[in-house]
Amino acid sequence: MLATKTAADNLAQAAPVKGRSLWADARARFFRNRAAVSGLVVLIAVGLFAAIGPFIAPWNYEDIDWAVLGNVRDAGRPSLETGHWFGTDALGRDLFARTVQGTQISLMVGIVGALIAVGVGTLYGAVAGFFGGRLDNLMMRIVDVLMSIPYMFVLILLLVVFGRSMLMLFIGIGLVSWLDMARIARGQTLTLRGKEFVEAAQATGVRPFTIIMRHIVPNLLGVVIVYSTLLVPSMIIYESFISFLGLGVQEPLTSWGALINDGAAEMNNGLLWILGFPLFFFVITLFAFFFVGDGLRDALDPKDR
Amino acid sequence: MLSYILKRLLIAIPVMLILIVGTFILMYTAPGSPFASERGVPPAVLANLERQYGLDQPFIVQIGSYIWNLVTQFDFGPSFIYRDQDVNDLIAQGFPVTLTYGFWSFVVAVLVGGTLGIVAAVRHNTWLDYLAVGISVGAQVLPNFVLAPILVLVFTLWLGWLPGGGWQGGQLEYIILPVIALSTSFMASIARIARASMLEVLTSNYIRTARAKGLPMRRVVMRHALKPALLPVISYLGPAFVGMITGSVVIDVYFSTGGIGQFFVASALNRDYGVMMGITVLLGALTIFFNLVVDLLYAWIDPKIRY
Amino acid sequence: MSKFTLLMTTALAVGLSGAAFAQETHPETGETLAEDQSFSYRLLDQFPTIDPQLIEETAGGHVARQIFEGLLTQDDQGELRPGVATEWTSEDNQTWTFTLRQDAMWSNGDPVTAQDFVYAWRRAADPATASEYAWYVELSQIEGASAVIAGEIPPEELAVEALDDYTLQVTLQAPLPYFPQMVVHYTFMPTHQATIEEYGADWTSPENIVSNGAYILDEIAVNEFFRLVPNPNYWNADSVIMDEITGLVINDANQALTRFRAGEFDMMDDLPAGSYPQLEEEMPETAHSVPRLCSYYYTVNQSESGHEALQDPRVRQALSYMINRNVITDQVLQAGQAPAYNFTHWATAGFEMPEIDYASWSQEERQQRAMELMEEAGYGPSNPIEIDLIYNTSENHRQIATVVSQMWRPLGVTVNLSNFEWQSYLDIRGNQNFDVARSAWCGDYNEASTFLDLLTSRNANNDGKFQSEEVDRLMAESATMADPQPNYTRVEEILAEEMAIIPIYHYTQNFVLDPAIRNWPMENVENNWYVRDIYRVAE
Repeated sequence: MLATKTAADNLAQAAPVKGRSLWADARARFFRNRAAVSGLVVLIAVGLFAAIGPFIAPWNYEDIDWAVLGNVRDAGRPSLETGHWFGTDALGRDLFARTVQGTQISLMVGIVGALIAVGVGTLYGAVAGFFGGRLDNLMMRIVDVLMSIPYMFVLILLLVVFGRSMLMLFIGIGLVSWLDMARIARGQTLTLRGKEFVEAAQATGVRPFTIIMRHIVPNLLGVVIVYSTLLVPSMIIYESFISFLGLGVQEPLTSWGALINDGAAEMNNGLLWILGFPLFFFVITLFAFFFVGDGLRDALDPKDR
Repeated sequence: MLSYILKRLLIAIPVMLILIVGTFILMYTAPGSPFASERGVPPAVLANLERQYGLDQPFIVQIGSYIWNLVTQFDFGPSFIYRDQDVNDLIAQGFPVTLTYGFWSFVVAVLVGGTLGIVAAVRHNTWLDYLAVGISVGAQVLPNFVLAPILVLVFTLWLGWLPGGGWQGGQLEYIILPVIALSTSFMASIARIARASMLEVLTSNYIRTARAKGLPMRRVVMRHALKPALLPVISYLGPAFVGMITGSVVIDVYFSTGGIGQFFVASALNRDYGVMMGITVLLGALTIFFNLVVDLLYAWIDPKIRY
Repeated sequence: MSKFTLLMTTALAVGLSGAAFAQETHPETGETLAEDQSFSYRLLDQFPTIDPQLIEETAGGHVARQIFEGLLTQDDQGELRPGVATEWTSEDNQTWTFTLRQDAMWSNGDPVTAQDFVYAWRRAADPATASEYAWYVELSQIEGASAVIAGEIPPEELAVEALDDYTLQVTLQAPLPYFPQMVVHYTFMPTHQATIEEYGADWTSPENIVSNGAYILDEIAVNEFFRLVPNPNYWNADSVIMDEITGLVINDANQALTRFRAGEFDMMDDLPAGSYPQLEEEMPETAHSVPRLCSYYYTVNQSESGHEALQDPRVRQALSYMINRNVITDQVLQAGQAPAYNFTHWATAGFEMPEIDYASWSQEERQQRAMELMEEAGYGPSNPIEIDLIYNTSENHRQIATVVSQMWRPLGVTVNLSNFEWQSYLDIRGNQNFDVARSAWCGDYNEASTFLDLLTSRNANNDGKFQSEEVDRLMAESATMADPQPNYTRVEEILAEEMAIIPIYHYTQNFVLDPAIRNWPMENVENNWYVRDIYRVAE
C-alpha cells in the first residue's frame, strides 16, 4: 500500500527527467535512505579511525607500559591522564593503539575476502547456472568437493605448511569464501535463465558471455550485495575464529577477533574494557555494513517501490 | 526425478574419492607427526608405531587399504592419538550428539530466522521491521565464542538455571545453551536473506496484481510470495549446514558436549590422521547429501527448474 | 551391583571392627564427614588412554593413579609409602627386591602377584607394544632395557624377575639410589595379562577393564566426562571414603572457572592466565599455589641452523641478563612462581640450590652487564639482530614471549614471535628450526638428574644442541655417586657460564579446590594425588 504509493510518486517524478542513468538514480535513492547514510558515515569514521589513529595515539601498539603491567585492574583503566584512552590490555599495552591496529587488519581481511568471494563466486555461479547441463554439473560438483573439504582443515594446513602470514590468511579465506557465493549466484541464475529478456537476448544471437555480463550479473546484484554485506562481517568472524584457534595474526599484530577473544577471556577478571572497546568497534562496523548493504540493495533494485 | 537423484548419487562416488585422496595428500605434506612427543620416542618404538598404523606402507597402498576397509567393512580404522578408542567408536559416540544439537539449532535458525525476516519484509519500514533487523544484526554481530561464555555466565553462574556444559545423554537442560549459541548467527543470516528476498518478491508484478485484485496481504504472502521468497534461503541452507558443523567446534570446546566438532580441529592439530580422515569422509558425505536435498527442495519450490 | 557389594563390605567392616565407624565422622581426625562423598574435577583435555603402559600425559596419569596401584605410592609430602609392595630393599642400589602384600587383588578377584609386574614392565619395554613412554623403562636403568626397546633382544630378557608370587627382583645396569622413586610412575603399574590378551586394545573400556587400584572405571564419554567408583576388591577398600570420582573435560579455562564458581565441580588446575591474584583475594581458602617440579626456560638454538649471534655465549648471557624475571613472576604470572636463574627446580628433593652469580645482582647491574656483553660480541643497537622466538599456543606463553621480546629490544634485538600448535611445535623445535624456543621440563621423578640429564649432548630432548664434554662427564659420574650434589652444582655453574638455556621461572601448581575437601597433598611437588586419601567434611 505504502510501497505502491511511493512507487507511483516516484514514477510521477521520474517521468519528465530524461537520460538520467540507472546509477545516478541509485545514488539519489541511496542518499535518501537515512539508515544507509548513517551507516556510511560510521564506516567512514571507522576507516578514518584506522587511518589516522596511529598518528594521534600517544602509545605504540606493541609497547608495554611497565608501570601498568601487573596492576592492570587499577592502573590500566581507561583514562585521559595516563594517555591510555581505552585503557590497556592484560599485558599493559595501550588498547587504543591496539584497537586501531586491529581495525586495520580486520577491515582488510573482511574487504579483501569479500572481494575475492564476490568476484570469483558471482561469475562462477552465473556461468554454471546459465550454461546449465553438464558444465553446471561439473562446476557445481567442484564446488561440492571444495565445500566438502573442511575449510578449517585447509586453512590450518595452509598456515602450518606454508607458515603463518597475512597472505596465507587471505588465500585461505579467499579459497573458501567464494563457494557460498557461487551457489547463491547459481541458484538465482537458474531462475533468471528462464526469464523473457534472457530468452530474447539468446534469440537475437547475443554471445553467451555477453549475456552473462550484461543481463545476468546485473540482475544478480541485489542478492550479491545483500550477501556480501553478510560476507564482510562473516570474513571478519572467520578471521576471529582462526584467532580463537590460535592460528591468526602473529603477536604483536592483532585483529578485532584476537582482541575480542582476549577480552572475552578477561571478562571473568572484571577487566571489561578489554572486551568492550574492540567489541564496540566490531559491532558498529558490522551494523554499518548491514545498513549500507540494505541501502545499496534498495537503491540498485531496478524495480521502484 | 528418480534418475536425477541416482545420477547425483553416482557422481558422489568420484567426489568422495577425490576428497579422500586430496585430504590424504594434504595430511601427509603437513609437518609434524601424531607420534611426536616431548620426551622423544625411541626409534624402534617409532618404527613399530608406524608399522601398527600402516604408515610404513607406500602411499598408494595406504590410501587403497583405507578405502577398501571403509567400503567393505565400514571401518574408519584406528585413531592415532586415542589409543583406547578407534575412529568408529569416536564417531558413534560423538556424532549423535552433534546431530542432536545441530538439528535443533537448524530448526530454531530456520523457524525463528525465517519468521523474523518475513515479518520484517511484510511490515517494511515500520518499527517491527527495525526491531527485527536490529535483533538479527545484533545476533549476527556477537561471535559465538563471546556469546557462549556470556550465556554460561548468565544462566549458570548468576541465575543458576542451566548447567554450564556437559551432555548427559542429551537431556533438555544440557541442550538449550548449545542450541542458542550455535543457532544465533545462522538465524540472523536467514532472517536477513529472507527479508531481502521477500521484499524483492513483494514488489514483483504478480504480487502487485494479486494485491490490486484486492486479496488480503496475509493471503498473498502465504499463497504467492512465501515460496519464491524462500528460494535464496534454501540456497543458504547448504552453506549454513557446513557453517554449523564448523561452529560446533566452538560449542564442543565451550560446552564440553562431546560432539565430533571437537575432533574437527583437534585431530588436525594433533595430526590424528585416522580421526581426520573419518571426519572428512563423514562430513563430505553429509555435505553431498545435504546439497542434494537442497537442490531437490529448490526444484520442488521453483517449477521453472527442470532436471 | 558394585555399589551394593561396597555397602556390604562396609557394613561387614563396621561389624567386624566393632568400632563406631559412624558414617559421619572421619576415623582418624574425627571431623564430621559430609553425606555426599563424591569428588569431581576438571580435565583440560580428554586423555588418549588409561592403559598404564601407554599413558604419556598427566590427565591419563591422574586417572591411572586412582584405578591402578604400583609397587609404591607417594604420601602427601611426596615421600614413598607402600603400595602393592610392603617392603623394598637393596644392598648395592643395583639389585632391588620388592616384597608384595598377599591381600592385593584385581577388581575381578584374582590376586595381584609379582608376575603381573613382570608382565607389565616387559610390556612397557616391548617394541611391539609401541609405547611412547618406553624410554622411561630405559631411564630406570633396568638391565637389558635399552636392548629390548631397540628390538635387539626379546622382552623376556629384561632383568625383572618374580622370585615367587610375592617377591619381585629387579637388576639395574648401574647403582641407582632413587630407583624406588621411579617405580611410583604409571608406566610401572601392573596390568592384568589375561584381560589384555582377551580384549586387545578394547581392554580399557568400562565393561572389560580389570584394575587393582582403589577405584574402577564405571563410565566414560570421550571429551565429556568419565566416572570412577570404588573397587570393592581393593586391599584397603575400608579406608576409602570418597565413593565416586567424576572427571569433566572442559577445554576452555575461563568456561571451566565459571562453572567451578557455579559449584559444578570441586577442583581445577590449569587456571586461566592472570586469574590467580583475584581468585586468591576472593577465595583464599579455595585458591592454592604450591611448588611443582617443573622449570620454564627458553631454549637457545646453538646448532648451525640457529642465528649466528647465538653461538656466542656472551650474546646468550646478554639475552638472559636482560630478562627481568621478577616482572614475569610478579607482574605477569602473579601466582607464586619463583624467578629462576638455574635449571633444577628449587624444591627438588635433596637438591641444594647452587650459587649463581647473576642471581644475586640487581636488575640494573644485569642490564648494564648485558649491554656491555652485547657490545663486546659486536652487536647491540648499532648492529641490531633479528631472531625468531617460537612458542606453542597458550595464553601464558604468549604473554611471556611478548614481554620478553620487549625486554630484549634495548639490546638491538628484534624478535619475530611465532606460535604453533603443539605437534608442529615439537616438530619445529626438534628439528632446530628456530632461534629461541619456549620450553618447560617437568621432573619424571623427584631427583635433580631428571632435569640436568637433559643438557647432556646425547639427550634426545636437548633441542638447543648444547654441547659440553664436562657436563656429559659430570652427569655420567653423578649416576653412581653416593652424594652427587657437588657434580650437580658444577653442572649448574657451567650452564650459567655458557648460558646453555635461559632459565625463567620455577613452576607452582595453581589450582582451586573446594575447601570442604580435606587432606589434599599440597606438598607433593610432583602433583601426584590419590582420591582414596581425601574426603569431604560437612560444612
